[in-house]
Amino acid sequence: MNAIPDTMELVFQYPESLTKRNTHYCPGCTHGVIHRLVAEVLDELGVREQTIGVAPVGCSVLAYYYFNADFVEAPHGRAPAMATGIKRVNPDKIVFTYQGDGDLAAIGTNEIIHAAHRGELITTIFVNNAIYGMTGGQMAPTTLPGQKTTSSPFGRDPRIAGLPVHISEIMAAIPSVAYATRQSALDLPGINKTRKAIKRAFMTQQHGLGFSIVEVLSTCPTNWNLDPWAAMQWAKENMIPQFPLGDTRVSDEVAALKV
Amino acid sequence: MAKELLKGNEAFAEAAIRYGLEAYFGYPITPQSEALEHLARRMVEEDRVFIQAESELGAINMVYGAACCGVRTMTSTSGPGFSLMEEGLSYIAGSDVPAVVVNMQRGGPGLGNIQPSQSDYFLMVKSAGHGDFHPLVLAPASVQEIIDMMGLAFDLAEKYRTLVVIAGDGSLGQMMESAELPPMQPFPRPRPEWAVSGAKGRDPHIITSLDLSPEGLERMNLGFQAKLAEIQKHEIRWKEYETADAEILLVAYGTTGRICLSVMREARKQGLKVGLFRPQTLWPFPSARLNELSGQVRVMLAAEMNAGQMVEDVRLAVSGKVPVHFYGRMGGVVPLADEILAEVKKL
Repeated sequence: MNAIPDTMELVFQYPESLTKRNTHYCPGCTHGVIHRLVAEVLDELGVREQTIGVAPVGCSVLAYYYFNADFVEAPHGRAPAMATGIKRVNPDKIVFTYQGDGDLAAIGTNEIIHAAHRGELITTIFVNNAIYGMTGGQMAPTTLPGQKTTSSPFGRDPRIAGLPVHISEIMAAIPSVAYATRQSALDLPGINKTRKAIKRAFMTQQHGLGFSIVEVLSTCPTNWNLDPWAAMQWAKENMIPQFPLGDTRVSDEVAALKV
Repeated sequence: MAKELLKGNEAFAEAAIRYGLEAYFGYPITPQSEALEHLARRMVEEDRVFIQAESELGAINMVYGAACCGVRTMTSTSGPGFSLMEEGLSYIAGSDVPAVVVNMQRGGPGLGNIQPSQSDYFLMVKSAGHGDFHPLVLAPASVQEIIDMMGLAFDLAEKYRTLVVIAGDGSLGQMMESAELPPMQPFPRPRPEWAVSGAKGRDPHIITSLDLSPEGLERMNLGFQAKLAEIQKHEIRWKEYETADAEILLVAYGTTGRICLSVMREARKQGLKVGLFRPQTLWPFPSARLNELSGQVRVMLAAEMNAGQMVEDVRLAVSGKVPVHFYGRMGGVVPLADEILAEVKKL
C-alpha cells in the first residue's frame, strides 16, 4: 500500500474501536453499520481506552468480538443493571449498553426504565427491528400491527397481543433522561443523523448530564423474508409511521452541547 | 475491638464494610431489610456505592456488573428474592467473577412467611441457577460467626473467583448477641488484573458466560469443575462437639445447629452419649468426616427447619453404614430443644 502523501488529508479509515474480525450478521443487517457508527464516535471522542461496553442477548450477543474495547455480556434484558454496577464503581469510565428490541423492550423494560429514572450516567444504543432475530423471527413488543412473524403467523392482532411499545416516547416522560432520540439506519441521511445522535449521547455521558439513549430503526431481512433493499423500503414505509423519527427528550444542557 | 450488642443483619452489613465492601446493591425483603438500611446510611458515610435496586433481578445484575470490575460487591436477600436472583447467580458462576450473597431464609414456598427457615438448602446448595455449578455456601450459627464469615466469604470469593453464599435464616438475622466487629481494612482495595477497566495499553478484556461451540463450552465447564474440585479439597469446614465417645450423632447447621447444642448438653446430663456435627460449609459438604464418624456412631439424626433437605447429603455421606433419621419443622416453626431431645430418646 502506498503511503499517503503529506498533501492529502485522511478522510476515511477503519475505526480503531472495531476489531478486524468478520461479523456473523446476516447480509443486509444494519448491526454492522450501527457498530461502526458507535466505533467511529468512540474514536472521535478519544475514549476507546476508557470504555466498557455491555452486550445483550440477541443477535448482537457477540458484539464484544467486534468492538475493540473492554466488554461484558449481560443476561437477557439486564444490560442496564450491569452497566449501573460497572459505572457506579467506575465513574470516570464511559459505559454503554447495546441492546435490541426483544432484550430492551420486553424482558428488560424494568431494568431500562429504572436505570433511566436513576439518571445513570450511561448510554444505551437501542436497535429496533420489530422482531426477535436470534431466536428465529418471533413477535417482539415492537412488532407492527398485522406484521407476520413466526409467533404471530396470522399477523400481530392488537386484540390479542396489544400494540407496539414505544420506548423513545416512554423515555421522553422520564425526568432524569437527558437525551432520548429515535433515528434510523435505513439510508445515508438516516445513518448520518444516527451518527450525530450517538455522538451527542456519548457526549451527554462524558459531561455527566444524565441518562442517554439512541433508538435506531433497523431491519431484519432474514426474518422479514425480504431482500436487504426491500427490507429497507419496508421499514421506511411501515416502521417510520409507527415509530416517528426525531428527538423525544433533549435537556437544555444537552441541547447546548456542540456536536 | 470491644464486644458490643449487635443484631445479625446489622452485624454482617457493618462487617462487610470493614472487610472492604465497595458496592452494595439490594432490594428490601424481610427478614434481612436491616442490612439494607444499615448500608444505606453507612456506605454513603464511607463514600462507597449503595443502590436500592428496582428488583432482586436488578440488584444481582448490578452486583454482576461490579463483580466484573473486580471490586468487593454483594447483595442480601431472603428466599423469594434468592429465587429471582438465580438468573444472575448462574451468569456470575458462568463467567468466573467473585461475588457474595447473603440469604436470610424465611418460610416458603411461595410468599410463605417471614419466620426463620432453612428451606432454601436445595436452592443454595444444589440448584443456585441453571447449568452445572455450585456456589460455596457458608453456614453461620451466631452473630459472631456471621461477622467472621463475611470476611471469609470475600476472601474465598476472590481467591477462587467464585460465588459465595452465606446461608443464614431469619432468626440469625434478627437476633442480638454480643459480638466483636473487625477493624476497618484499608480502602480502596487494589483491583485485579483480569477485571474490565478500559482497554488502555492492552488487549480488551471480555467477560462472558457464552461459548457457542460445544467443545468450547465443555472446556469452560471443565474449568469450573476443576475450580470446584479445588474448593472441595481446601475449603470444607465444620465443628464437632463431644464426638469422641458419641453413639448418637446430631447433624445440624445454623440456628438448628445451636438448638442441637442445647439438645446435646441436656442429653449428656441425662447420660446419653450424644455428639453434634455442625457443617459450616454446606457446599462443599463435610462428607468425608461424616463418613468416618459413621464407623463409630450407632445412629445419626439430622435436624433442620425444613422437610428434609441437608439430610440427603448426610445419607449420601454415610453410604448406608448407619441409619440417618430426620426431624424437621416447617413454615417458620423453630424446633424446641425438648422436641429434638424427645426424638433422640426414640433412637
